[in-house]
Formats: sequence, structure tokens, C-alpha cells
Amino acid sequence: MLNSPGGADTGADTGADADAVPGAAATLTKAAGPPGPRAPAKGGLGGLRGLGRLADLRNLSLLGVLAVLAVVGGITKPDEFLSTDNLQLVLTQASVIGVVTVGVTFVITSGGIDLSVGAIVALASVWATTLATQDYGFGGILLCAVLVGLGCGLVNGVLIAYGGMVPFIATLAMLASARGLALQISDGRTQVVTVKPVLDLGLRDSYVLGIPPLVLIFAAATVLGWLLLGRTTFGRRTVAIGGNPEAARLAGIDVRRQRLMLYLLSGLCCGIAAFMLVVLTGSGQNTNGNLYELDAIAAAIIGGTLLSGGRGTITGSVLGVLVFTTITNLFALNNLQSDVQQIAKGAIIVAAVLVQKGRSTS
Amino acid sequence: MAPPDPRPRQSDPPPLLTMSGITKSFPGVRALDGVDLDVQAGEVHCLLGQNGAGKSTLIKVLAGAHQPDGGDIVWQGAPVVLKSPVAAMRLGIATIYQELDLVEGLSVAENIFLGHEPATAGFVRSRAARATAAELLARLGHPEIDPRRLVGELSAAAQQIVSMARALSHDVRLIVMDEPSAALDPDEVDNLFRIVGDLTTGGVAVVYISHRLEEIRRIGDRVTVLKDGRAAARGLPARTTPTRDVVALMTGRDVEYAFPRRTGKTTPQEPVLRLQGLARTGEFEPVDLDLAPGEIVGLAGLVGSGRSEILETVYGARRPTAGRVLVDGRPLRPGSVTAAVRAGLGLAPEERKAQALLMLESVTRNVSVSSLARFSRAGWLDRGAERDAARRGVRDLSLHPDDPERPVRTLSGGNQQKAVLARWLLRGCRVLLLDEPTRGVDVGARAELYAVIRRLADDGMAVLLVSSELPEVLGLADRVLVLREGRVVHTAAADELDEHRVLDLVMEGSPSC
Repeated sequence: MLNSPGGADTGADTGADADAVPGAAATLTKAAGPPGPRAPAKGGLGGLRGLGRLADLRNLSLLGVLAVLAVVGGITKPDEFLSTDNLQLVLTQASVIGVVTVGVTFVITSGGIDLSVGAIVALASVWATTLATQDYGFGGILLCAVLVGLGCGLVNGVLIAYGGMVPFIATLAMLASARGLALQISDGRTQVVTVKPVLDLGLRDSYVLGIPPLVLIFAAATVLGWLLLGRTTFGRRTVAIGGNPEAARLAGIDVRRQRLMLYLLSGLCCGIAAFMLVVLTGSGQNTNGNLYELDAIAAAIIGGTLLSGGRGTITGSVLGVLVFTTITNLFALNNLQSDVQQIAKGAIIVAAVLVQKGRSTS
Repeated sequence: MAPPDPRPRQSDPPPLLTMSGITKSFPGVRALDGVDLDVQAGEVHCLLGQNGAGKSTLIKVLAGAHQPDGGDIVWQGAPVVLKSPVAAMRLGIATIYQELDLVEGLSVAENIFLGHEPATAGFVRSRAARATAAELLARLGHPEIDPRRLVGELSAAAQQIVSMARALSHDVRLIVMDEPSAALDPDEVDNLFRIVGDLTTGGVAVVYISHRLEEIRRIGDRVTVLKDGRAAARGLPARTTPTRDVVALMTGRDVEYAFPRRTGKTTPQEPVLRLQGLARTGEFEPVDLDLAPGEIVGLAGLVGSGRSEILETVYGARRPTAGRVLVDGRPLRPGSVTAAVRAGLGLAPEERKAQALLMLESVTRNVSVSSLARFSRAGWLDRGAERDAARRGVRDLSLHPDDPERPVRTLSGGNQQKAVLARWLLRGCRVLLLDEPTRGVDVGARAELYAVIRRLADDGMAVLLVSSELPEVLGLADRVLVLREGRVVHTAAADELDEHRVLDLVMEGSPSC
């Protein structure tokens, strides 16, 4: 109420832009649903539907959303949006949360949830950047981040798989404790990294063919995750326990061990992401990874992974991450407030899930 | 929305309820095939029938929980459509299910008035609710149940009383009771009968479902016998119809099951599966059993007699409190499904969709899920080999349609069951545990399943079979163990038994000869 004059001001401001935003959102919905880019892609969509490849279809529609975003970016900021610098920036921004999302996708596909990923990233980044750890150099920082991630994942996994705790509660507890521990270790200070090889990794000089190393890590995680989920017994078991844990158990799958491995995997991804964040920011902070858990879950869901488990897609999750990151980027380029950004994100989640529901019932 | 108002009673009292030609199909099964039922005000009308005869479906139609595909329901002389449980309740039809539908975390009074709480401007008048609840409980002969207690803390019998109080808290004309005595002690059963007597004296009709013939003799007025989704007999006098006639009506069938021939005794072999004093306190008493390759042994008994529990304990899904399971003479680690599967056991569980199938997945993936290690090197799946193996399995068991890439949920019940069997064949399993293998399977497809099971046995599979359908146990098994209340009361070769004899054993419990 007290803010209302200022609010009205920005309200008017965003009101003008709101035209562009809901417009964009509307085209997004269309792109995801039948009417939008249907005419050109009709044959392709029909053929895929015939094959029952729902996951591919959704990826197509997310690609459509990305294309629309690119067009919007190209029109509103033709010089900046499509520049090499900006594309590198978008991909780099996507890579940290992207690696986290790969791990989270596995957990969700198995019918679980991991709310602690953001906190684990924070803890791992802080632990890996203490003065003591930095003494060990590049390898020490990397190893420490990964081990902290694995350790947290181990605790989650043991509590859930063998302690019989509900994943929501166990990882919520981990969220609280890991953030607390991160604060305790860092004492709330930003721990600046002085190890040169780590900092160098973020510099333009270490780009490979114009691709930042962090993006390469993200790409590797994506490919490995895709293979692991689709081509290995590990992936198959993950889908099985997510689809019907009782049936999986009675089919002879060691459900508890599988669950443990899944939270370990998620922790590992967090450790790697924490290292990437250290490279990106040149520091470790206890506020790192704020709300990563929700961003990762949202990306996985709009990508087509079922929150109830039993179906998951790594490509979908990665596209989901790219959509969200591109939106953030577009809004930043157009000087829009983050509040509008959040609203648009919410709208996209709703639209994606509605499209998903519409498809499954039709 | 508006359900037609019941017309005022005519001078010549028509039946309170008439159901005629009720049909209801589920995917793959015709559960009700034109059932007729009429109930008079103030009578106890008993419903009898074997498992799968259609009793549960019929009472769910009556409760508004299922919508019939066809047929008419006339309530107090006016045709009605029971759109929902609320609609049925509004007409005065209350149902007390076997699995009580109470909220354990709420108090007794809250449960009784759930959904129709006495309230002023949205605020529940708890005191009034408690007082009325106490009145109802006293009327039911249980004034000692405190309306403020949590339902979850009560005994099964007391919960049943609460359920009944809930039914009576409405202005009820007809109460359906589904096996109300199953969880009760003898003196509690007496109290139940007194309540039923009070109700009927007050003009309320009771539809009473029970497996126990002696109860039906004590309180029933008329009996309707269901068989294969039809009324085999309507309105028989409950007290005077001879037991033999009732049993004959329950078992006589229009549909003859075609059972494959038994292949006769071969040379006696070492048992592959051995149960030694296997028991679970409160579920079943010590069982001993030797099962040889090529043999089919059936467990016969009513629901709750411990059949499925035995099977699941053998499989390691439940941990035994005594005794052990040996495969090839080596004891299995108790309570470990993984160990059982590794030793060569396979289970086709009772609830196929909930316990066996990955409904989102293809037939191939459902078949291969227990044998993933066979198609992988260092965790890497050879999807070609997986597909080929699944295709062979599908062909071996002649699954229809024979496309292994189809989602398993699109198959009929019989073919889904074949997919489960194919899973275990692929795994190289040697002891097959079958729990209700033909539940939800069409009559036509059953014969095919029976042939498959017999062929597996002929190829050296040992089969332990549980079924509520006596003809199935008697027709398929070589040897039968008859269970009653967790105890093996009789063991015999299947061809030395008939349905009447087994029904006598499991229902009346008269252990003769």
C-alpha cells in the first residue's frame, strides 16, 4: 500500500511493456500449442504424434518457444541479443543451473524430489574456497566441491532410501542445514579466489573455439545424463522405480540402493555446479545457488519430466533451462524489472503444464 | 443435477429398491451381466457369491460409486440415477465398506458427521456433534466409545461401529454392509446382529454380504445368489434353503472353463522349493510344503485366509516370523525380494497394475525390467538384444497384439498378465508364484492363460498358485492346500477334491474325514 505511488509508476512503465510481454507469452503458448507454428511443422508434428513420441513433441514445442524468444530478441534488441558475446553469456548463465537440473531430472524421474540443491551448491562453493582449501590449488578446489556435493547427496540418499524419510522432508532439512553450515564456514563473507588456474578458466583466453569451458562442462553433463537415462540399466531402473516403485521392487530391483545412487548423483551435479560457480564469480558465498531448487524443478517440469515420476527427459530439462535463461537475458536487455520476469516465468510454467495435460488427455 | 424426488409411498408397498438388468463392464471384464435385485423395506437381504461374482461391483453401483452401463434402478417406486455417493446418500442409501472408509486422524464425532457437520455460519457446532454422536453410539450398544477419541486409536470392531453410526447419522432407508462380521469377535457379531435387528424393526432395509452361511441363516430374510455377474437365484428364503442348493447355485457355471490336461505323474524329483514351518504371526500358521519342478500346487481359501500372505512371504516381500524358505536346498535370506529373484523365484502379483506393471512403459520394457543385467555390459544397455528377447517372449506366449513396442496399458488384462509371465521367463525363473493369475481376465482369454501355465510346468517350472476361483485351483493345480483363517486345513490331490467339498471346508469349517 505504502509503495503504491512508486508502484503505480513502475506499473505504468511495465504497463507499456506489458503489451510486449503478454504478447510474447501468448505467442509462446501458441508455439507450444497447436495454432502457432503449426502450419509449417504440421506434417512433422503429425508424424511424431503417430509414433507416440510425446517427449520429442514437447522438445519440438520448446524449441519453438526458443525460436520465438530469439525472434523477439532479434526484433527488440537486434544488435545486442544475437551478438556472440550475448550468446556466450546466455549459455554460460545457463550452464551452472543446467548441470544442477540434469541431476534433479534424475531424482524427479525416480519419483523423488531434491530441494537441497541450491544449498548444496552454496555449501560446496564456500567449502571449496576457504583459505585452507585454496592452498591445494585447482585440484583441491575441484575435489573439495565434488566431495562436499557427494557427501550431502549421501546423507540425503541414506535418510531417504534407508531411513524411510520422505524426500521432501529429508532434502528440506538438508537445505536448512547446508545453508547454515555455509554461513558458518564463510561467516557471511565473500571468499575471493586467488588460485589463478581457476580464475583463468573463466577468461576469454580459455574459450575453446569460442565456447566457454563452463558451457563445455554443461554440454558434457547433458550428453552424459542423456546417455545415462536412456541407454543404461541405471537409467532404466530410475524410470522403473519412478513409474511404479512397488512393481520395481517385486520385479527384483534393489529400490533402496537405486534411490541412494540417485541422490548421490544429484549431489555430484551440485558439486560440479558449485565449482563452475566459483569459476564464474571468482569467489564462494553462502548466498550462492539461491532458489536453484525451484528453477531446476521448473525447468525439468516444463521440459516434460513428470513430477510424479516415471518419465523424464534430459533434453527437455536442458531446453527448459535455456528457455528460462533466455527470458532472463531478454528482460535484462530490455531493461525490464525482475518482477515482470518472475511473472512471465510463472506464466510459462502454467502454459507448459497445461499443454502437457491437454496432450495427455487428447 | 436434481435427482427425482422419491414419490410418496403407495398403499400397496412396492419394493423399496428394484434393480433390474444392471450391466457394468471394465476393460477386459464384464463384471455385471444383467443383475436383478429387489429389496423390501425392513428386511435383511443377503447377497451371496464367490469372489468375482460381482457383489462388490453391484454394491458400488448401489452406493453411486460406479455408474452402471445399463439397467434400471427404481427407488421407492420412482426411477433414479445414482450419479454419485452423495446422490445415493441423499436418497437414504448408506454403504459400509469392508475396508472402512474412515479418516484415522479425525475424531469419532468428526468422522460420523464428515461432510454434513452441524454448523452455524460455517462454524462446526462440535458440542452438538459430539452429543448426537454419543447418542448414536449408545443406540448401537457402544456408549463406551468416546466421540472425542481419534478413530485411528480404535480397534477394528469399534471402527466398524463408528462406520455404522456414520450411516445412521443420515436419514437412512437402506444400509449395505459388506462382510461386516469379517473383523469381529463372536460376541461382537452378536451385537452386530442385535443392531441389524433393531434397524429392520424400524423399517430400514439391510443388504448383507457375507461368506458365512450360518450368519445368513441367523439374520437373513431372503438371499440373492450372484454368479458370473448375474443373479443365479433371487429372493430365496434365507433360513430354509438347503446349504447344498446355495452352494450349487454359487458354483454352477454357464461358462465351462477349459483346463489343459494334466500330464500325469513323472518320476519324483527333488523339490526346488521347500517351505519349512513358514509362518507369520497373525497372518498364517506354520506351513510346510515341497514343490517339485513341473508341479502346480494351488492354495485355496477365502480372502483373508492367508493365501496371498503366504505367497508374498515366500517371495520375500514380507518377513516371516518363523520358519524358512529353501530353494534347491539352500535357505533364502528372509525378507529380501532381491534374494528370492536371484534364486529363481518370480511373482505375478494379485494387483497387476499396482504391483507388476510399469504402465507408462512399453511391453518390451516391462518384460526386460527384471533381466536388465543380461542386456548390458558395464551398465550399458544393448537395446537391440533387449528388443529381440522381448519379441521372442511375446511370440512364445502369443501376446496380442504382438508388437512389443506398444504401451503395456493398452493391452487387455490377459495379455498384460502374459507380459508379466514373459518377464519371468526371460529372467530364467524356475519357481513361479501366481496370485490370482486370471483376475481381470476375460473368460475366453483365461483358457489360453491356463494352457500357458500348464505348458510352463511341463517344461519344468514349479508353480505355486493362489486363486479365489475354486474351479481354477481345482482345474489347474496338481495338488491343493485348503486354507481357513491362516491354517492349512486340508491337503489333497486336486482330482480328489471338488468345489462343494472345498467350499464346505473353507466356509462351514466342518473338518470331516
